[in-house]
Amino acid sequence: MCEYFVSGFDVFKVRFIMEIYKRDVGAVVDKAQPKRVDGLSKILGTAVYVDDIELNDVIYATTLRTASAGGVVEEIFFDPALDWSEFIIVTAKDIPGLNAVKLLENDQPVLVDRVFRHAGEALVLLGHSEPDMLKKALSHIRVHEVPLAHPVFDIDEALSAENKIIPGNVYSDYLLEKGDVDKSFDEIECFIDARFITPSQEQLYIEPQGMIAILQNDGVLRIDGSMQCPYYVLDALEQCTGLSKDLLRVVQTTTGGAFGGKEDYPSVIACHAALLAIKAGGKPVKLVYERGEDMRVTPKRHPSRTMLRLGANRAGELQFIDMDFAIDGGAYRTLSPVVLSRGVIHAPGPYFCKNIRVRGRAIATNHPPFGAFRGFGAPQSIFALEVAMDQLAAKLAMDPAEFRRKNLLRSGDVSPTGDILQNDCFAQDALEEALRVSQYYERQAEFKHWNKQNNGTVRGIGLATFAHGAGFTGNGELYLASRVLLQAHGNGQVEILCSNTEMGQGAATTLVQIAADALQLPMDKIHLAQTDTTRVPNSGPTVASRTCMVVGELVERAANLLLQKLMTEGGLSKLYSVDEFADACLRMQESKKDLLVSASYQPPAQMLWDENKFTGRAYSSFAWAAYIAEVEIDKLTYETRILNFTAVQEIGHAVHPQIVQGQIEGGVVQGIGYALYENVLWNDVGVMANDRLTNYIIPTTADIGPIQVVLMEKGLGAGPKGAKGVGELPMDGPAPAIVNAIQQALKMNIDQIPVMPELLMKLACSERVSQ
Amino acid sequence: MVEWVRPQRVGEAISLLSKMPLDHYQIISGGTDVMVTQRLSMHQKNRDWLDLSAIPDLKEIEVHDKGIRIGAGVTLSALRRHPQVQKFWPMLAASAAVTGAAPIQNRATLGGNLCNASPAADNAPVLLAYGASLEIAGQQGSRIMDYAAFHVAYRKTALAAAELLVAVHIPYPPDKSVSLYRKVGTRAAQAIAKVGVAACFQIDAAKTIVQARFGIASVAAIPCSLPTVSHYLQGKKIKQIDAAIVRKGITHDIAPVDDIRSSAEYRLETTSRLIWDAIQHVE
Repeated sequence: MCEYFVSGFDVFKVRFIMEIYKRDVGAVVDKAQPKRVDGLSKILGTAVYVDDIELNDVIYATTLRTASAGGVVEEIFFDPALDWSEFIIVTAKDIPGLNAVKLLENDQPVLVDRVFRHAGEALVLLGHSEPDMLKKALSHIRVHEVPLAHPVFDIDEALSAENKIIPGNVYSDYLLEKGDVDKSFDEIECFIDARFITPSQEQLYIEPQGMIAILQNDGVLRIDGSMQCPYYVLDALEQCTGLSKDLLRVVQTTTGGAFGGKEDYPSVIACHAALLAIKAGGKPVKLVYERGEDMRVTPKRHPSRTMLRLGANRAGELQFIDMDFAIDGGAYRTLSPVVLSRGVIHAPGPYFCKNIRVRGRAIATNHPPFGAFRGFGAPQSIFALEVAMDQLAAKLAMDPAEFRRKNLLRSGDVSPTGDILQNDCFAQDALEEALRVSQYYERQAEFKHWNKQNNGTVRGIGLATFAHGAGFTGNGELYLASRVLLQAHGNGQVEILCSNTEMGQGAATTLVQIAADALQLPMDKIHLAQTDTTRVPNSGPTVASRTCMVVGELVERAANLLLQKLMTEGGLSKLYSVDEFADACLRMQESKKDLLVSASYQPPAQMLWDENKFTGRAYSSFAWAAYIAEVEIDKLTYETRILNFTAVQEIGHAVHPQIVQGQIEGGVVQGIGYALYENVLWNDVGVMANDRLTNYIIPTTADIGPIQVVLMEKGLGAGPKGAKGVGELPMDGPAPAIVNAIQQALKMNIDQIPVMPELLMKLACSERVSQ
Repeated sequence: MVEWVRPQRVGEAISLLSKMPLDHYQIISGGTDVMVTQRLSMHQKNRDWLDLSAIPDLKEIEVHDKGIRIGAGVTLSALRRHPQVQKFWPMLAASAAVTGAAPIQNRATLGGNLCNASPAADNAPVLLAYGASLEIAGQQGSRIMDYAAFHVAYRKTALAAAELLVAVHIPYPPDKSVSLYRKVGTRAAQAIAKVGVAACFQIDAAKTIVQARFGIASVAAIPCSLPTVSHYLQGKKIKQIDAAIVRKGITHDIAPVDDIRSSAEYRLETTSRLIWDAIQHVE
């Protein structure tokens, strides 16, 4: 009876949701805004995530990890009181291939052999058919660790530490230089010298990470799981298992968010699951992390500290930017060099300045490695520069908008990396539009008035202007050499074959839409094939805001090739109906002609980049933005509330405006979290201490206020119809805009985030004491 | 296998409790705290469940000439929407409205919030400030106790074995009174309090404070009041109140700590500011 009630209710609920969905979609559907191809299955809960996959005879798995912040494992002792024959046990000795996670460098072990660098490194993998037995087993293994005497968790401590993790404790040391900073410093009229700190940040995708591995009867090792980069996983498996690629198959399951967090770590989990599967006698092995484990061990945003001197003349023209930018890379190199490179290139902002020096270093500490997270190094350096811009404007007694107006790049200017800007430069336009739609000057006057009255709060308005380059940095796209296939079928259906993943961001819809548009077919005739490395070519990782722009362009090109092929070989006329398209496909199939076309990456013409000197054109396209935050601070408690947020960006072309808007709103919310709430706390061994959603605080809908998104489309980007990447852009601006608004409201300098009430209270109290 | 029992009368629940050893049952009402705890404490032995959600008596709100009797199983949604609660005990409507978020308030009960005995309980400060008392049922019938005596130590209550909290009694606030409630959470919703402050002042025609009662969350091992400050304020007019003495009294009465949500320093400073602000409202 009770069951009937529950299922009856669910059916009702499902019907209700479907009604709403149809109604809503019916209202907004037009050619540019088709409904998301993955939307309904996610609303109804029928999408199958890795943990939902039901398996027969499954082996559950868990990971025993190191406890100290680096050291040596002397002995692993398995308590004989437990019958270990029931368990699958994997240690470093069981690795058939190389014991190293394949990435930029082979420095990170898949499993600790003896020496380790941080707490939480995988040491022993256990498999058993009963999850409860795994918990029991963990308490019956004793590890004798000799901990490292002096682990380091701070960037500057790591640089001065006596015992280094790697030589100098520096993974990478880059220099971007233009003009002569030292000389210009001697002539300077006004400057500031400040030190900025940004914290780590957890991606907090909805779906924790997990993998399923099975060694099939045919000898193929198959991995299914949540990931951004199937070919990274494939390469890692090849190196670790020693199996050749034709015996490896990687399949992406529905991925519930990633934000960069599923760029490198899925390779680790996949290797772990694979090693267990190799010993599991053909049974599937399921290794899915609980939320707490995911938060403690998987990579997060790099913490940073920036020493920054910024100088201008009395007229408000920037004279020099001098930055010492350092990010905490954690205990292994992983992706830190590329995160650093993006941080360095974005550090001077979208400004014209003759003298620039940015030294960037990625530092080794005993934290778990930090990794990719939306923005990828840029939010850190942009935060420092943009907050410093306001501090310098205040010193010049100049309005921050006016100060920026004087310095933002224009077409024909030489960029910080020495590239002459062509027509695709809209920094000024974005600023003016943001000032206009936010009614910046009116709001500023209102707030001044408000702050003079005896209200319980003070208000401020702040802005940030910035640009974000889409795609891999410099020659990265050239090295990736991405390839996309389009496979038409006899029934007129077309499949897109690429390795880029839908992970919640809308890629499946966008790519299908691009193909449908190029082929002049309805979207239901196009299908994005499941990301399975035995079927799809390597079109590169799903990172760096590159999917729509770089891969989308390949899809568009392949679609045009397919049309050409059908016209020349299949007798398709220039004007065709959907049925005629299908007929042409059928004719091709019947005459045994292949219906497969491919497109490969071609770098844009003026794309010259010197990766040693950091000169030339770093990205084929930059998106330009100006963000404005209006905040209110409680005078008693120092709680900050966002009153309004305006996000204006020039993004070339919005393939699907609603998805773009969603991306921007989502990024702004993550940026609000970065600015005000998200405070990764470390325990005494350098592992995230607030590993639950009750104490790692992200903003809710009650915290964010209205967000106004304005899209400017000038059509000059490298993607389809001039589209540019937008995924990461919205992460760069909110933190500095919000901090600048707070600085203005409280008339004090702030040099770190998150700006929690505790920080403001401390600053206010110490200011009171010093007065 | 664990057992799930769902009695329909308070007496039945008491009798079930009395037949079993202490802690045999995990008592559950709305479940918003215990379900989470159950999931997180993996090594805990599974206990049988005693579900109070089918007892109609616990769901009742009764407003009478002396005040209000709120059944322990009344949900926070029901409280925040109740017209008379809004009118006569606005701090309680307010604290119910900032507990968790709407879905939590739909399940969570006032009794559950008190018996979970978190020092950060959102509704505790308000009940302390209003001078609430509790109706507790046991094998020998029921007894009434001051809510102020309910929390005895960190997460320990005065409930004896086989006793159940069945209702909360709150008197009408005095005719001339001023009350203020403020929660400072980690964010605007779904937040655990860094500090929660409730203050209720009874004043006379000359605006002299006849009685001042406070309740504070998250500044000690239990939800606490400010006896030193209350004593100092009694019989004073606003102009006679010395901010330094109030602050000293607060420092004496509370014991804030640094934890994962906030710092002792912030909690002390914020409590002092909010209490001082509340006192200003007496004028």
